[in-house]
Amino acid sequence: MKMHHVSLPAKIALFVMSGVLLCAVAALASGGADAGTASAAAAEVAKAGAQLGGDAATPWWLWPLVLLFFCFVLGIIAVLAGVGGGVLYVPLVSGFFPFHLDFVRGAGLMVALAGALAAGPGLLKRNFASLRLALPVALIASSCAIVGAFLGMALPTNVVQLCLGGTIMFIAVLLLVSKNTAHPHVEKQDAVGIALGMNGAYIDPSTSELVEWKTHRTLPGLLLFIIIGVMAGMFGLGAGWANVPVLNLLMGAPLKVAVGTSKFLLSITDTSAAWVYLNKGCVIPLMAIPSIIGLMLGSFVGVRLLAKAKPTFIRYMVIGVLLLAGGKALMKGLGI
Amino acid sequence: MSEMKRQSGRAAQEQVHYANMLFYGCWGGLAVMVLTYLVYITGILTPHVPLNQVPLLWTKPAHTYLETANIPVGWGWLALVGQGDFLNFVGIVLLAGMTIICYIPLIPAYLKRGEKTFAIIALAEILVLLVAASGVVGGGGH
Repeated sequence: MKMHHVSLPAKIALFVMSGVLLCAVAALASGGADAGTASAAAAEVAKAGAQLGGDAATPWWLWPLVLLFFCFVLGIIAVLAGVGGGVLYVPLVSGFFPFHLDFVRGAGLMVALAGALAAGPGLLKRNFASLRLALPVALIASSCAIVGAFLGMALPTNVVQLCLGGTIMFIAVLLLVSKNTAHPHVEKQDAVGIALGMNGAYIDPSTSELVEWKTHRTLPGLLLFIIIGVMAGMFGLGAGWANVPVLNLLMGAPLKVAVGTSKFLLSITDTSAAWVYLNKGCVIPLMAIPSIIGLMLGSFVGVRLLAKAKPTFIRYMVIGVLLLAGGKALMKGLGI
Repeated sequence: MSEMKRQSGRAAQEQVHYANMLFYGCWGGLAVMVLTYLVYITGILTPHVPLNQVPLLWTKPAHTYLETANIPVGWGWLALVGQGDFLNFVGIVLLAGMTIICYIPLIPAYLKRGEKTFAIIALAEILVLLVAASGVVGGGGH
């Protein structure tokens, strides 16, 4: 493998990955520093924890390490398949890892949020994400995401699992059948779109042409973000899978603007839901942080592989994985 | 001026400003997150919940985790920030707070251009996020 063909971000990603692994090994070699230094309060917690039972034989570092690798691969696949990390993370981690759904949703939101925050600056500067399009939409979606987050925590876990399974299967079908349009034809901008100034232009780097755009069917589009916001908060999925078709197919934003604005929108929508999960104690750093780091490093490598990979194959593979994960969530919800 | 810029394909001034703030805040937050996590797992700071106990708790619902490990809700973690596990929340909160910080300069920018609607939308968004962050809505109701 010729390393000089690997880009700087990918090299940094691999370097950081190695560093994190080395530190994990160092922590392991230290013989569990926690055992020797635990305070009286920690000892009390340990006593209470021991009463819960569970698999005490599994070392604490195992699942975070597995999660780091798993999310690294997930990050690569998500970029190649053109989906957000959260939509793969929540069903797969809740289906195949031992974590309770509460913590998976909390970590899933943080994963989606970190990815969206990191992508935001580049998208905004290139004008692929439009503040004028995002601001009104974000206000609706983020308010509703708070409601969704509370709903998700108030409902019994099996009901949320069932709804999650149904949603994931719906997303898989949506990915299979939806045909986004690069430049939707917008005959005439509607009154709401004009009032909010929802128009703009960007320079397409592939053709160097100036692409102007404006929205239509703005009101139904904005109303749909009520549902999208609730679902994003309820399942901790992120909502790029729903944002893009609404912005592109319904409201008439060009695909690049729809994808860019959708990614940026997640940084706002997921923020409101993430705060609710944080305040409710649903974020456990030991599992959430390796997930975030793994997925972000995987995304860097995924972007580099994008030129060589066969996206169609990856896309079908992701659809298959989503159907499997959705089915697993449905079975969990039904207690099978 | 803004309309001309919008049709030229270049990002508006406030959008570039937002992007710059987000860039430094996000990568700064992620760097803090990595550092605090390393402090946590290497045992430099004693965690509130011993590392070998966390796998016993993460399989249970959040309310069991909170009760068993005596974890505070809302902003109660601030009192425990000196402990390895809660130190991690500094980076997490930085990330979760970036959008609120980035939205603040939008209000004067839109007001200066006479776009009151967008200034109100930006203000409303800050309020929504502050309410979510404060934990006052449903806080502690596990």
